[in-house]
Amino acid sequence: MTIVHYWRAMWGIVGRELWRFVTQRERFISALVRPLVWLFVFAAGFRAALGLAISPPYETYILYEVYITPGLCGMIQLFNGMQSSLSMVYDREMGSMRILMVSPLPRWFLLLSKLFAGVGVSILQVYVFLGIAWCDDIHAPWQGYLWALPALMLSGLMLGALGLLLSSFIKQLENFAGVMNFVIFPMFFMSTALYPLWKLKESSALLHNLAQYNPFSQAVELIRFALYGQMAQYAFIYTLVAFTVFMAIAILGYNPSKGMMSRKGGG
Amino acid sequence: MKPAIALSIENLSFTYSGKKVLDKVGFQIRAGECTVLLGPNGAGKTTLFSLITRLYDSHDGRIELCGFDLQRQTCKALAKLGIVFQQTTLDLDLSVMDNLYYHASLHGIGRKQAQQQIRQELERLDMWERRLEKIRQLNGGHKRRVEIARALIHKPSLLLLDEPTVGLDVPSRQAIVEYVHQLSKENGLAVLWASHLIDEIYPDDHLLILHKGHIKANGTVDEVLRLTNTAHIKEAFHNLTQGEAT
Repeated sequence: MTIVHYWRAMWGIVGRELWRFVTQRERFISALVRPLVWLFVFAAGFRAALGLAISPPYETYILYEVYITPGLCGMIQLFNGMQSSLSMVYDREMGSMRILMVSPLPRWFLLLSKLFAGVGVSILQVYVFLGIAWCDDIHAPWQGYLWALPALMLSGLMLGALGLLLSSFIKQLENFAGVMNFVIFPMFFMSTALYPLWKLKESSALLHNLAQYNPFSQAVELIRFALYGQMAQYAFIYTLVAFTVFMAIAILGYNPSKGMMSRKGGG
Repeated sequence: MKPAIALSIENLSFTYSGKKVLDKVGFQIRAGECTVLLGPNGAGKTTLFSLITRLYDSHDGRIELCGFDLQRQTCKALAKLGIVFQQTTLDLDLSVMDNLYYHASLHGIGRKQAQQQIRQELERLDMWERRLEKIRQLNGGHKRRVEIARALIHKPSLLLLDEPTVGLDVPSRQAIVEYVHQLSKENGLAVLWASHLIDEIYPDDHLLILHKGHIKANGTVDEVLRLTNTAHIKEAFHNLTQGEAT
């Protein structure tokens, strides 16, 4: 297998996913509605209740909408990662996953390509969301939008790898509701997406600790600092390590000799 | 000189949930040979296919595709394989062409070459005119044709078909059976066709009868009839699968 083969296969997988996303207009719109409702309804209502002190990376008092925007970028990627995992469970039940898995390429590469495809879609969604937020006067420095790209890539990879890992464990599509209740909601609410850490500490030390070690919090902080042209080193390393661990387990899960493939009784 | 061996299986066993689904299965398929794998439901046909495609893995036994060990030289072995699964594995929301381009990219085929090969395969199956239609718009028989075309784009040496005619009407079934036999004869393609429909077998086919994970018969149609002392495959199949005191 040559490098050209790898390149063509990866481009084929990523291109297919992007094409599907762009042509499925309903999916595109519904992916944007969720964070926009949070931004324009939840954040607007919450603004009065929550006072935010100045804390890095912000150098001045900010509106709650400004604070919540990076968290909602993370939310888009979190849901997208889970959506990809859902579609993989669906593909496996419907059989189209088999075509990917019997390709003459290493399985880790196929999974990584699938992951890149999902990340590409999520980044597209995030920038459209940031564009709409910008129209509502929620601005970051223009360089921040460029710095956010590598941060979004890493956070997308980490959350996508988590989705991949979950898809290797989920036996049936029906079990996916459990993922919503036990993974997505706790991850989102026990994070710094909606409230800063110090605010959480005021109400509960346990919640503060959970949020601090939640990989989603670190991904959100990575995006937040990047949007203001800053590198959150701890968040970067934490997200990178989380990605590596999730990906390694996912690859193991999809390995026919070591993982859960045979136990699932499907392809 | 005998044609090259496209598929070689030795002593293959597989256990699923404590139950032995395949037990010391072994056979070979040569280039240009059309082998029909016959077995009742639950015989282990789909499991055998999952092992040949490495969706499952077994440490008991050995599978070689065109001389490549599936366990150690997985990518080289899988490159030689074309597959049509029992379930449709096409993306319903993409066009025929997009589905086939996707498959070509997974096999590392460039756009230009892919287009030529796709055209060749679709024309042979009378599907070129429908290349821009979405899969969702096609009927079952046409979807199957697209899947066969897809399995052949990368010029495999071995074509696996897992009950590809299930749910199709008689003319569609006949057309597919005829086409695959023609491919095997004219292009020297080795074919392994899993089925439980006896009328899909041609007189010069090779026959494998699988029952409860064991190979009960392995030979030409005539050899199997002689072995079972019967006049028809239907009878031979019945004797080997039902007549046995199991």
